[in-house]
Amino acid sequence: MSFNLSEEGIKKVKQELSRYETKESAIIPSLYVAQKENNGWVNNDVIHALSKVMDIPASKINEVFKFYTMFNQKKVGKFHVQVCTNISCALNGSRELASHICRELKTKFDEVTPDGRFTVSKVECLGSCGTAPMMQVNDKYYENLTHESAMNLLRGMK
Amino acid sequence: MESKLLTEFYHLDEFRGIEGYKKNGGYVELAKALKMQPQQIIDEVKASGLRGRGGAGFPTGTKWSFLPKNGEPRYLLCNADEGEPGTFKDRLMMERAPHQLIEGMIISAFAIGSKKSYIYVRGEYHYPISVLEKAIREAYDAGLLGKNILGSGFDHDMDVYSGAGAYICGEETGMISSLEGAKGQPKLKPPFPAVQGYLRKPTIVNNVETLAAVKYIIRDGAAAYRKHGTEKSPGTKLFSLSGNVMKPGNYEVPLAYPLIDLINKEGGGMKPGRKLKAVIPGGSSAPVMTAAEVEKATLDYECLAGMGTMLGSGAVIVIDDSQCMVDMLGVLTHFYHHESCGQCTPCREGTGWLNKIVHSILEGKGRLQDIELLEKVADNMKGRTICALSDAAALPVLSFVSKFRDEFEFYVREGRSKVKGTTYAEMHH
Repeated sequence: MSFNLSEEGIKKVKQELSRYETKESAIIPSLYVAQKENNGWVNNDVIHALSKVMDIPASKINEVFKFYTMFNQKKVGKFHVQVCTNISCALNGSRELASHICRELKTKFDEVTPDGRFTVSKVECLGSCGTAPMMQVNDKYYENLTHESAMNLLRGMK
Repeated sequence: MESKLLTEFYHLDEFRGIEGYKKNGGYVELAKALKMQPQQIIDEVKASGLRGRGGAGFPTGTKWSFLPKNGEPRYLLCNADEGEPGTFKDRLMMERAPHQLIEGMIISAFAIGSKKSYIYVRGEYHYPISVLEKAIREAYDAGLLGKNILGSGFDHDMDVYSGAGAYICGEETGMISSLEGAKGQPKLKPPFPAVQGYLRKPTIVNNVETLAAVKYIIRDGAAAYRKHGTEKSPGTKLFSLSGNVMKPGNYEVPLAYPLIDLINKEGGGMKPGRKLKAVIPGGSSAPVMTAAEVEKATLDYECLAGMGTMLGSGAVIVIDDSQCMVDMLGVLTHFYHHESCGQCTPCREGTGWLNKIVHSILEGKGRLQDIELLEKVADNMKGRTICALSDAAALPVLSFVSKFRDEFEFYVREGRSKVKGTTYAEMHH
């Protein structure tokens, strides 16, 4: 299935292209724009669409895409639940929390739930160490979680 | 409570907006600095002894003076990538006081003669990025950014750049690669960024807290700034306290503050029934300290270096006696393996092996000679790569294994944790 940026997406990418000293600096911001339009992940079609709009070789964009963990190489659910499992969170039970969320949502890490709503991932430090354990769901941080409060938050997400 | 410089007004919500910031002393020092000679500002920062707050602790004024003395365009790059596990102070600074950072940056840019700066913020910090973008717009509207700032004839533009989830972009040359639109791989030094940085132009990369502190050096003068802290570690610093303490959070104290006081006074001590077992004093890359060492430590560059560890980013991670050190080391080796950029063989391969060996012990498949193997691999990773990530991965391993060897040996012999009494699978699932 081919992918094309929306008119608004093209406008945003063009803004980014003129925002920085070089157009290569616009690759990361433009990947964000395209990832959002492609329901949260990036594939070859997305890379080629960007390559055309940006006039930058697809290989160059691909290299950047593969390096950074915030660009998803696989489909993710509508809500991408990222539980920090680095040290300060681990000291406060974050791995147990991550497993609990998976069990409750009847899913495995990095898979999409059958209803398409959730993907649960374990991630590295998110800079929220004083409010551990925590999770990031899409763009937002949820801190000082318990097993119950995390599940209440997730079940309430529409 | 000791005097606070950076965080004095952090409790005020109005401090986030330009009006409230101005009401509480905001942009006074910018006006003052723009009437000084740039060299005077550099000399004042040098005299203050301010050291980089991101982790390396390099003297800021000295870094600035590496810039070529000519009219060549130069960049100021604010390092807000904040990826060192345990560190969350820059996030607080951006969320509570975006204008404090912006003011510090304009003063610094004027001192080094830079007309363009970027704040490189880690991509996950959506909220801090939105706060900064709003504050930058406010500053432009108030004539504090753009052309002829406050009628001084000095022009400066500022923008925010969002990273995309790579620890290595907190390394200054990795950050420059990333800003240039490439993989965030560090570059060989020399040339140092001050000579050839962003787009091969002279570039100064400073941490959020470093740049914000410049305002207070201009306000109080170097001599007054030096009244906080010690001769070699002057000033105050934000410490991110996390882990097994009652009141985790960011606390600003003068450098050389006793580590045990930070844990017990600011942090409210250990949780009921728990004892202090270990502390990682400067972010996950810093060698771990035992409880006995913690009693003797003060939070300054020289004391912690003398004890074989480091102040780093000021992230104090507290570990209590319910924690298994083999398990915790597994968390760290996984992190460094995940974050190695893959450029240098000792790091790319070494971080993988360290992680495999620790996890084979955790899974009950360890052999006693694996403990020595860990030390051997870690030793071979030190000082052999382009950047410090390899050392950062090796140092925790060496310190965990040497200071908590009994836990590693027990785990190998029994196939379960000495502290938890259970296997790895039973611990977390």
